[in-house]
Amino acid sequence: MTNNGNGRKGPQLTLWEKLYFPEIIHGMSITFKALFRPKFTRQYPEERWVPPPVFRGRPVLVVEDETNVERCVACGLCARVCPSLAIQVQAAETELDKERYPELFEINMLRCIFCGFCEEVCPEEAIIMSKDYEMTFSNSKDAVFGKDKLLTPASQLKDRLEFLKQYR
Amino acid sequence: MIVLVPLIKVIVVVLIVLGIVSYLVLAERKISAYMQDRIGPNRVGPKGLFQPFADIIKLVLKEMIVPENANGFIHALAPIISITVAVGALAVIPFGNYIVIGGQRISLMVANVNIGVLYILAMSSLGVYGITLSGWSSNSKYSLLGGLRSSAQMISYELSLGLSLVGVLMIDGTLQLDKITMAQSAGLWNIVYQPLGFLIFVTAAFAETNRLPFDLPEAEPELVGGYHTEYSGMRWGLFFLSEYTNMIVSSALMVALYFGGWSLPFINYAAMAPNLAALVQVVTFFAKVGVLIFIFMWVRWTLPRFRYDQLMNVGWKIMLPLAILNLLGTGAVLLAVK
Repeated sequence: MTNNGNGRKGPQLTLWEKLYFPEIIHGMSITFKALFRPKFTRQYPEERWVPPPVFRGRPVLVVEDETNVERCVACGLCARVCPSLAIQVQAAETELDKERYPELFEINMLRCIFCGFCEEVCPEEAIIMSKDYEMTFSNSKDAVFGKDKLLTPASQLKDRLEFLKQYR
Repeated sequence: MIVLVPLIKVIVVVLIVLGIVSYLVLAERKISAYMQDRIGPNRVGPKGLFQPFADIIKLVLKEMIVPENANGFIHALAPIISITVAVGALAVIPFGNYIVIGGQRISLMVANVNIGVLYILAMSSLGVYGITLSGWSSNSKYSLLGGLRSSAQMISYELSLGLSLVGVLMIDGTLQLDKITMAQSAGLWNIVYQPLGFLIFVTAAFAETNRLPFDLPEAEPELVGGYHTEYSGMRWGLFFLSEYTNMIVSSALMVALYFGGWSLPFINYAAMAPNLAALVQVVTFFAKVGVLIFIFMWVRWTLPRFRYDQLMNVGWKIMLPLAILNLLGTGAVLLAVK
């Protein structure tokens, strides 16, 4: 008997449901209870979200705490694997044991898609995904992060390094 | 003096009601937020209490765009009709009994018209013009559809609205809202005698004020914004204001007709000093109105919108027969009692 507008028969409603008002009151009781439920809102700039270690934020270069030298040996695998061609590495020689280091390491954050391939491919665990999700820039030049922004001491990246040890 | 007193009353009522309206917008946003597990506006001022001022400043500063090939004059006139009619209906609402200033009794309604209820019905019917004209003059298909829908909806629901009121008028034998209130303060509230009439009245009032579940003239998923699609700035603001003013008017009407107006059971106003009594009455009245407005918002954030054919079916096939039945029943009982 009910026509739901597209020519097909709608569900058969009981008399109680057809009376409208009992069902409306039922619905209203649900919304009234919702008034007192805990709220999900986070007051963003004051109250920030700290992501769990699985989170793939901005890629960074790990710097050893003891020696203050970056782990990267400038093999260029990350630049090779990067699907969006965001990474640029230029290698140079060094007196240290690792013999090579990146003279220039740039990630274009406008291109980066946070896939984490660079982290996955890196043999030295030198480039990893951080927890940083707040990146703002007002022009495309500022969006290219050089070594000054990428180098991060390993002590600040403990969570992610632990996570990688466990799950990779 | 004869001119001055009503003028002051008009100014006071308009200022108070428009002040309340701006805060109703905030209240609605807060209530909707809480019902959806959010917090709502809380940035402007403590707990977001200055949000209405920010909204109004924004609306006043925005450009009022008139679409190409629109009828400019009617486009500008329509929101003015809407707000005038909405505020005008407040004239016959009894906010309290009377106050005494300098030995003179001043009744707390702007105009004591002897056909108060009829006046309100007439004003709310005129409200259709604002919406229909705005839809027609905007030169936009969405506006036109919204205007068409509103005229059809308001005309069909006006019938049941009027008929459901007649029950109350038969019981109290008057069209003056203050006398209806008086009669209720002496005996029981009219909701006891007219529960069915009240339900019909509430439903029709929702349709008259274009609130969900009957907000088909706006229906944002289908019609962008309905009749006010092509409005911006303060002209749009006037439509907004008139929607909320209409909500106050219909809540106030419900309070006066069904919930005893400013009267409270167990309180004897005659024993109090007249001005104190007036204060208590006004507070009581607005508290009752506040509860009803909360119900308006509560329903809005609970129910989905009716489809257009469902709206017409409910209006003509259910509400109208029920209203007539209510009328017949009331008449029969009144005859039997007297």
